[in-house]
Amino acid sequence: MEIDPFIFRLSIFILSIFVGYYVVWSVTPSLHTPLMSVTNAISSVIIVGAIIAALAGSSEKVFETANIFGFLAIILAAVNIFGGFLVTQRMLQMYKKKKK
Amino acid sequence: MSANLSALFYLISGILFILALRGLSSPETSRQGNYFGISGMAIAILVTFLSLGNFGLGFIYVLIFLTVGGLVGAFIAFKIPMTAMPELVAGFHSLVGLAAVFVAISAFLKPEAFGLGVSGNIKLASLIEMSLGAAIGAITFSGSIIAFLKLRGIMSGAPITFRGQHFINLILGLAIILLIYYLCITQSSNIFWSIVLLSFILGILLIVPIGGADMPVVISMLNSYSGWAAAGIGFTLENSALIITGALVGSSGAILSYIMCKGMNRSFFNVILGGWGATDQTLKSSSEEQKPVKSGNADDAAFLMKNASSVIIVPGYGMAVAQAQHALREMVDSLKKNGVKVSYAIHPVAGRMPGHMNVLLAEANVPYDEVFELEEINNDFANCDVAYVIGANDVTNPVAKSDPQSPIYGMPVLDVEKSKSVLFVKRSLSPGYAGIDNDLFYRDNTLMLFSDAKKMTEEIVKSL
Repeated sequence: MEIDPFIFRLSIFILSIFVGYYVVWSVTPSLHTPLMSVTNAISSVIIVGAIIAALAGSSEKVFETANIFGFLAIILAAVNIFGGFLVTQRMLQMYKKKKK
Repeated sequence: MSANLSALFYLISGILFILALRGLSSPETSRQGNYFGISGMAIAILVTFLSLGNFGLGFIYVLIFLTVGGLVGAFIAFKIPMTAMPELVAGFHSLVGLAAVFVAISAFLKPEAFGLGVSGNIKLASLIEMSLGAAIGAITFSGSIIAFLKLRGIMSGAPITFRGQHFINLILGLAIILLIYYLCITQSSNIFWSIVLLSFILGILLIVPIGGADMPVVISMLNSYSGWAAAGIGFTLENSALIITGALVGSSGAILSYIMCKGMNRSFFNVILGGWGATDQTLKSSSEEQKPVKSGNADDAAFLMKNASSVIIVPGYGMAVAQAQHALREMVDSLKKNGVKVSYAIHPVAGRMPGHMNVLLAEANVPYDEVFELEEINNDFANCDVAYVIGANDVTNPVAKSDPQSPIYGMPVLDVEKSKSVLFVKRSLSPGYAGIDNDLFYRDNTLMLFSDAKKMTEEIVKSL
């Protein structure tokens, strides 16, 4: 019997939870705020779905209801991507070692 | 681009996201990690465009909206003051949540475009995945909005509780699950909209009873939710980048919530089901009696610290409110010129989000190797001459170690009272968030400095 592709996705999901578990425990507590802002930025990869939604369907009709939701989602995700990565960068620039 | 090739690229971007988090294990590697994250995102977006292969009018609009959103995001990122970081993160979470809801709605309205069947006959698994994604996304959105309003001070930080609250939440949660079940049977769009609506309401009701100082837990929890919502959408779209990211973010938020709860010695449910601030105050009567308090001024404090050989600074939320971090750094600089050894002690739940104090100190150019976590520094208080408590309260209360009746009993606290003298900057003797009196105020070795954190620190700088 063939294995449902869903099982493969589920495997990726569960293994990623384990990877996340070990990676996040190794994050130093002083960087917990940048951790939150960067996880925020990367979770905006949901923009992939937004782009598919926006470009769905025929190329003549650009603004059907389904597309409009896609475009709205693109704006929201774009705010997050740029805002999230840039604010993380700004924070990380501030973490400096003692001048010897 | 073939589906297999793009799937491989999505895998690469997922791995880059893992490396982005890995980089945060030390400040040196963190900046490189952020670049990994940015490249992962760029790859995911490019691959999506290439695999759709639709470069018509719609594509132009996508680019326009992407730019508009990007500019807004960049503007916010550069303009936001570091003290406003908790509400910024809460605000960003709400956007991820809403984006997840929108993508789910779009997938429900036009399943053909996502390869999920046709409208009215969507694949069962996809239907479950997208309705879960939409529900969690909606909870994340409205919950984060409430958290944002509370952190921003637009809404009172006090817990809002009413009778039957938890019962209503339970009913709403069960109703959402039941509706998802019926959605799978009937494929009715009305049911889908009801799920979204009920989830919005549930998100509001879940966060409303949680008080201001429990916000570190709330923000981490919403962080986690936004991850699970993304993962739900990832399953719908059969996209490994989204699934990997969702799992990473989901577990990251969950771990942070756990660390925060442990920092308060409370269970997750205890925090979520409504906080300390709301519980009735039975301890009030015992603390009514006037106990002697020693208070001093900036000159006394300056004298004490100048003649000390080591000083430990304990910052808390009050420092953030008063924006005292820069004045504090100046004070430390002049102390160091006098040959005083200075370090900083950070309690895990100091401030309004995980790592809040560290960011503020970093902003004031405090080197991160002078800043220590609770376990690293707690033994040093016994050998230190002066502890300078600025804007912290409950996290220094020795009652947590001595009085099993106290609501904060068992919470890990900084052993501030063990240092030879304690300087406690505070406006008044009022209790902190937990609503209990701090024993430390009445100790012989404590000198209260009644003033605003910033003003007092500036005055000390002057008299140094």
